[in-house]
Amino acid sequence: MTTRRIAVVSAGLSNPSSTRMLADRLAAETVKALAEQDIAASVDVIELRDHAHDITNNMLTGFAPPALETAINTVVSADALIAVTPIFSTSYSGLFKSFIDVLDPDALTGKPVLIGANAGTARHSLAIDYAIRPLFAYLHADAVSTGVFAASSDWGGSGDDVAPLGKRVEKGARELAEAIASRDAAAALDPYDPATYLGEGRSFGHMLGGLAGE
Amino acid sequence: MSEQSGAQAMQFGIMSVSDITRDPTTGATPSEQERIDATMRIATHAEEVGLDVFAIGEHHNPPFWSSSPTTFLAALAARTERLIVSTSTTLITTNDPVRIAEEYSMLQHVSGGRMDLMLGRGNTGPVYPWFGQDIRQGLPLAIENYALLHKLWREDVVDWEGKFRTPLQGFTSTPRPLDGVAPFVWHGSIRTPEIAEQAAYYGDGFFANNIFWPKEHYQRLIELYRQRYAHYGHGTPEQAIVGLGGQVFMAARSQDAVTQFRPFFDNAPVYGHGPSLEDFTEMTPLTVGSPQQVIDRYAAMRDHFGDYQRQLFLIDHAGLPLKTVLEQLDILGSEVVPVLRKELAVNRPESVPDAPTHAARVKAAYGDGPTRQARPGANRGDNLTADSPYQDTPAPAGAAFGLGRKEA
Repeated sequence: MTTRRIAVVSAGLSNPSSTRMLADRLAAETVKALAEQDIAASVDVIELRDHAHDITNNMLTGFAPPALETAINTVVSADALIAVTPIFSTSYSGLFKSFIDVLDPDALTGKPVLIGANAGTARHSLAIDYAIRPLFAYLHADAVSTGVFAASSDWGGSGDDVAPLGKRVEKGARELAEAIASRDAAAALDPYDPATYLGEGRSFGHMLGGLAGE
Repeated sequence: MSEQSGAQAMQFGIMSVSDITRDPTTGATPSEQERIDATMRIATHAEEVGLDVFAIGEHHNPPFWSSSPTTFLAALAARTERLIVSTSTTLITTNDPVRIAEEYSMLQHVSGGRMDLMLGRGNTGPVYPWFGQDIRQGLPLAIENYALLHKLWREDVVDWEGKFRTPLQGFTSTPRPLDGVAPFVWHGSIRTPEIAEQAAYYGDGFFANNIFWPKEHYQRLIELYRQRYAHYGHGTPEQAIVGLGGQVFMAARSQDAVTQFRPFFDNAPVYGHGPSLEDFTEMTPLTVGSPQQVIDRYAAMRDHFGDYQRQLFLIDHAGLPLKTVLEQLDILGSEVVPVLRKELAVNRPESVPDAPTHAARVKAAYGDGPTRQARPGANRGDNLTADSPYQDTPAPAGAAFGLGRKEA
């Protein structure tokens, strides 16, 4: 049985960060839900703070320095993505968006995504649905319908008693696990394999259409 | 010294973007006239110091001046004797391939064959709509336009219908290529496997600019090009024709080079205010240091890319003043290139082709025999018939008694 790989992108800026705490919970719960279906999964966590300079340099030069390139490859080759960002000024953080911006626009097509976000108060919770979800819709990623928002109060006793954070995490994680389980393991396409860019068994003559008499 | 004998393993030269950039150390910005004159001076000096190639980019917006490469290159060819004039790149997407065929064939004649060209798609978005094209069609444009260009240089009378250009019936691109041999074409790309495939399919050269990105990006493309070159039956992978870009700044003492170049690097239009000079030189082929450091870095290129045919350096951008650029050329010509020529010749297999020249291509096509000299017949407006507008073209099959042939 293939081990599935889950990439976790955490855009928290402080260390320790409550963004990362939420990300870790979502990842652990997803692995648990997959284990219940006898699917093994590994988790790679990417802290965007560690790549902040590289992300800016990538935007300026057009290429990812080696450490960032490794991180990008981890994300785009994963079976699923857990993306967690703090809400700044009613939306995802600039660093989070900058990371998304240096990905190939097609890189997340069809990839299951679980969205997480955190902020000081629950009044920001809809940012998941009006800001972050459209971003992934644009990228043709398959974000599961539950997004998990954690307010500061969720980490103490004054959070939501009816649907506490643990329940919300579990719901989102189950949906992501379902999405992973319903798909084949991600297979990496080599962009430099002629079968990838020409189509299996095809030649440059096919790209020329009738122009070369083929 | 460079020679037009067709027997040169490696060609070395420089390529210019044609940017007009403020000198960050003086605050002075050259005028267009000053920069065009300076570039002509730089290009002629490239020949004086023993380099083989000068290539110019094509742009259609300030602060670049090179909108019409063949005009500049024709003037340059007239001022030089051995230098191969080329482009880096000619826009195959937004230029009419008919005009490319005509302009570069003309350049081939006035330069006596001392030219080739590098095709690229361009990276300035608005150029596409300015020339009536759609950037989303960049790759299909590159593929279709080159198919037509290739045909126009090889067939006297072309009937054509494609997706992007108005159809042609009985069209003849003039003048016909010098000696009946089409200009050599490089296909430049930094990320697109389809372009490497295109170069391989036609048996043309492939050029990786090797400037802005880590060499690993270009290694994969060049390896693909070499494999596909063999796949299409042009030779072994090692026989594919590869060119590389590069970027250097030198001083006798390494630290002086760094100190002198840093303000230009830090303010350069492309990578300025981004990664540090130290990070960028580590990650990309940019080498700032002593001539020996440049030699070491570039002598190792063939370990990464295989034995290759052309090395072009970018040395005149980012506001570097003319005097500095000429000094850089002096160092390249006297201390760097002669050593690189020797080092890259060591253990270079016999089977690896020499760098392409018109003379070598003529020889390959005709041996020592006479070359084609295209001589039009009197214009009867008959290009649309099956007949040829040229006197030397063999009669079409089936024409009795050579009726299709007009003897000179």
